[in-house]
Amino acid sequence: MLGQILYALPFLAQGFALTLWVSLLVVVLSLIAGVLMGVGLVYGPAPLRWAVRIFSDTIRGIPILVLIFFVYYGLPAVGVHLQSFWAAVLALTLFKTAQVVEYLRGAVASIPKGQSEAAMAIGLTFRQRLAYVIFPQAFRRFLPPWINGVTDAVKGSALVSLLGITDLMQAINQVIGRTYEAMPLYIFGALVYFAVNYALSLASRRLERRFSFIRE
Amino acid sequence: MGYALNFNLIWRHFDKLWGGLLLSLELAVISIAIGIVIGLVLAVWYVSAGRVVRAVIAAYVEFIRNVPLILLVYLVFYGLPTVVDIAYSAQTSFIATLSLYSGAYLVEVFRSGLEAVPRGQIDAGKAIGLTPWQRLIHVRLPTMLRITLPALSNTFISLFKDTSVASVISVPELTYGAQWINFNTFRIVEVYLVVTAMYLLTGYALLFGLRLVERRFRAAR
Repeated sequence: MLGQILYALPFLAQGFALTLWVSLLVVVLSLIAGVLMGVGLVYGPAPLRWAVRIFSDTIRGIPILVLIFFVYYGLPAVGVHLQSFWAAVLALTLFKTAQVVEYLRGAVASIPKGQSEAAMAIGLTFRQRLAYVIFPQAFRRFLPPWINGVTDAVKGSALVSLLGITDLMQAINQVIGRTYEAMPLYIFGALVYFAVNYALSLASRRLERRFSFIRE
Repeated sequence: MGYALNFNLIWRHFDKLWGGLLLSLELAVISIAIGIVIGLVLAVWYVSAGRVVRAVIAAYVEFIRNVPLILLVYLVFYGLPTVVDIAYSAQTSFIATLSLYSGAYLVEVFRSGLEAVPRGQIDAGKAIGLTPWQRLIHVRLPTMLRITLPALSNTFISLFKDTSVASVISVPELTYGAQWINFNTFRIVEVYLVVTAMYLLTGYALLFGLRLVERRFRAAR
């Protein structure tokens, strides 16, 4: 039993590497897209605000699995051909982007209005207000939930196994298909996911505690 | 290019989606009902327990929260029966999984709710001579439920979306219905448009309804 896990270890490690790679791509891409759209949601003109709001509420209103299938099966139907890997990354990025938008909106909303009024009063331009007054403060509110939200990307990435991508989840299923040792392998997989995600949530909690002494 | 939308085949098989939606709701309702029981019992136990019990409850909560749901679904459906002598349908297995899953989230919700019950209420209960059990039933739990109601509705709506994972073990809920139509008619874009609309409408209808309930209970304070 243990021997079979050991034998399959290099294969499982490859799957794990893919899980991490997908998660990393999704986290980075969604951070960029989410922050841009979040700023659009908070400071943009009405049409942009509405567009971001509809995007975010739609994406957050449907299961990730449906989003993944929609992107994976739907894009080729309308003539866009992506490798399944990139379709999966795209779908998960859409999902995470909507989350980042909400984290950013929440963080900026938590900064008292007096801060930006004061910045305006001393003559800072819009960009300066964001760069020197709002963002440094909002960052502390943004970081803990965002780090905690990375676990959603890692957990969500397990769904890409359904597209035939050999991530950790799929690697485990393939090894089980060969060895019929379902329980030890699922437990092993659960522990690996747990280790990654638990470390992230601990980091998030620690940061939150560290930032919590700051009061406006 | 040139993909002409044609919804006829979707409407012809709409019973798959409608039945799927009802099953999704059913799975979510049963699971949250069991999850609430798990969450309440463990949360009440946690706040009054010693270190060992706390550690065990925390381990359960952290394990469930940090492992992908799909893996838990596989583990319970394909894994458990290989080591324990049990047999269950995919649906039962999924309900068991989702109940344990929601239970873990609800322990946290209820635990922080119990801690948010104002000290003065508990002291007042003591002052009028309520036993600890009476204080729990008549003072702490009602206040806690009122505090946690919004979190409870959010958990329910996210469970409703999580039922889509049941499709991986062929439970014929909404996402499974979508996959079926996808593979049998190839009206891919149409079926996912319809299913997206169904998830959105149901989810927001639930949200709206639950917010009304919350407002009622807030007014009762």
